[in-house]
Amino acid sequence: MGGGDLNFKTMGIVETDWKNLFEEILECEVFTVRGMLESLLTIVKPQGVESISPREKLENSSWNLTKSYKNRIREFLIEKIIFILGITALLIMGLIFVFLIQTGIRLFEDVSLGQFLFGREWYPNATNPRFGILPMIVGSLMVTLGAILISVPIGIGSAIFIAEVAPPKTKTVFKLIIEFLSAIPSVVLGFLGIVVLSNWVRISFNLSSGFTVLTGSIIIALMALPTIISVSDDAIRALPDEYKEASLALGASKWETIKNVLLPAASSGIIAAVMLGVGRAIGETMAVMMVMGNAVQIPSTYLESGRTLTATIAAEMGDTVRNGTHYNALFAIGVVLLIMTTIINTISEWVLHRAQREGK
Amino acid sequence: MDKSMDVGLREMKLDKGKKTREKLMFGIFTLCMSAVVIPTLLIIGFIVVKGISTVNWSFLTEMPRMGMKEGGIFPAIVGTLYLVLGTIIFSMPLGVGAAIYLTEYAKQGRLTRLIRIAVLNLAGVPSVVYGLFGLGLFVFFLGFGSSILAGSLTLACLILPIIITTSEEAIKSVPDSYREASLALGASKWETIARVVLPQAIPGIMTGSVLGIGRAAGETAPILLTVAAFFIPRLPGSVFDQAMALPYHLYIVSTQVPGMPESIKYGTALVLLGVVGVFFTFATIIRLKFKKMSQMK
Repeated sequence: MGGGDLNFKTMGIVETDWKNLFEEILECEVFTVRGMLESLLTIVKPQGVESISPREKLENSSWNLTKSYKNRIREFLIEKIIFILGITALLIMGLIFVFLIQTGIRLFEDVSLGQFLFGREWYPNATNPRFGILPMIVGSLMVTLGAILISVPIGIGSAIFIAEVAPPKTKTVFKLIIEFLSAIPSVVLGFLGIVVLSNWVRISFNLSSGFTVLTGSIIIALMALPTIISVSDDAIRALPDEYKEASLALGASKWETIKNVLLPAASSGIIAAVMLGVGRAIGETMAVMMVMGNAVQIPSTYLESGRTLTATIAAEMGDTVRNGTHYNALFAIGVVLLIMTTIINTISEWVLHRAQREGK
Repeated sequence: MDKSMDVGLREMKLDKGKKTREKLMFGIFTLCMSAVVIPTLLIIGFIVVKGISTVNWSFLTEMPRMGMKEGGIFPAIVGTLYLVLGTIIFSMPLGVGAAIYLTEYAKQGRLTRLIRIAVLNLAGVPSVVYGLFGLGLFVFFLGFGSSILAGSLTLACLILPIIITTSEEAIKSVPDSYREASLALGASKWETIARVVLPQAIPGIMTGSVLGIGRAAGETAPILLTVAAFFIPRLPGSVFDQAMALPYHLYIVSTQVPGMPESIKYGTALVLLGVVGVFFTFATIIRLKFKKMSQMK
């Protein structure tokens, strides 16, 4: 086998078996009703300890040594308080679902689910109001797709640069800059989108307005890049050194090693990175709201104005009356967003988890 | 190991095609990196250059006048300060407590896994959805109204997953031998955590939390739904008051008010970027110091 043929994929070392992957996701306990009930039961009934580490042994014995009654009560109370703090994340996640669904579902007293999801007309304040969010779903998907098309190649290229090409000092500086990029508030990027980017887009494509889906995609790409770069970089660097050394020793060039060994081996991690980027892009609000023009229409090209689900919520909440149909409709949009991002994040975390297991 | 192998490779002299292809690809990767780094530096440079002439003492400490078209942005700065303070008060104890639970108390089981899944999912929930949640729970259900309190609580929920994840990492990195030594001396579990584990973990906890709080300071969508006041030319009197905030103010001046002078827009953007930059620098300094400390050990 020559250096050029060295391909871990054909050697069967790394294979992404999508069918199995999907089946395993479905079998995951969290998704079954029984699994959920059992998890809830464990909240009431803590499970027994299977193996005891030296640390736990010490903890148990010091528990017995602590004779003072006061100390015991204190430890007991603290443990309970910490437990309550521990489950707040779960509580908040639950409350988010409850509050959004409970309010959003009231929309369907007035509008059918089909009209809501597939309706093309959004006139919330008309005398005969319409609540169709298809234009916003298409807008969100288009801007996300555009952002991903821009940011994935650049992001993976940058991750390879940081992990394999850059000298250590350059690496540190560039990583710092990328981190700062992720720290820039979206409203600042949106502002620059208005004053700079939209003009560029308007002039270079000879349009009457620069507030287009493309403008949004470019800004969102910039915001998704730090996530994609850092997660891909981690995935590449987590690979055992032996992979690279074996390939180089076989006479492969550095690029051949990256292409045929490192990238296929890190593929799960990179897929997860892209998925996390997608999640970030769909949920982004301020920047897209400021640069996309917000016209309620299904954009036929990237050079037209469009509107996203997130922007609709942020822009219109101020005009609503509590518990009115419009208010409920915006919460229903929130539910749609929540479901979309939860699915994307669950899959990406699962892929990442699998990647870590493979690495071991 | 890696380096000697590279040198060996060069000596073996790869055929010319391979070498040019490698050079070409590495050139492309460098281009990709530049496509990220250069815009970032340009963004920072552009805002600094355009905004620096506006930002002076009176811009920072005066009330807005003439429908925000003149004067300073003092109430927005104060509003952001209150929000950040509130966010810290709510999110730090909760987040660090949750991390202590996950690392020190939790047994491997369904509940722990469920909590972890919840934390991961919370991290991916869009900020505008947090805004809806805050509006539903804090503003209406609990009756706080559009207020600093409701906004702080919403932002605290938003950065909670960041604080939990980073605190957990920091606490996990404290070696078990420290805990064993403390426990063997007769300290109780809580005494061990409070006096041995946490002091060791503080730099790590701080780094992540400061970054998280910086993010909260720049968030717009959640406060738009829970605190936002378009224009109040006075300072908030209590936590139940509405308040102006820097990110929301930037949104307002750059989109909602026609005829806004450019200087105020760039000035506001620079101040906001500066606030976020201070948090970022602070976090970086702690991390670098911490790294040096752990290297010396």
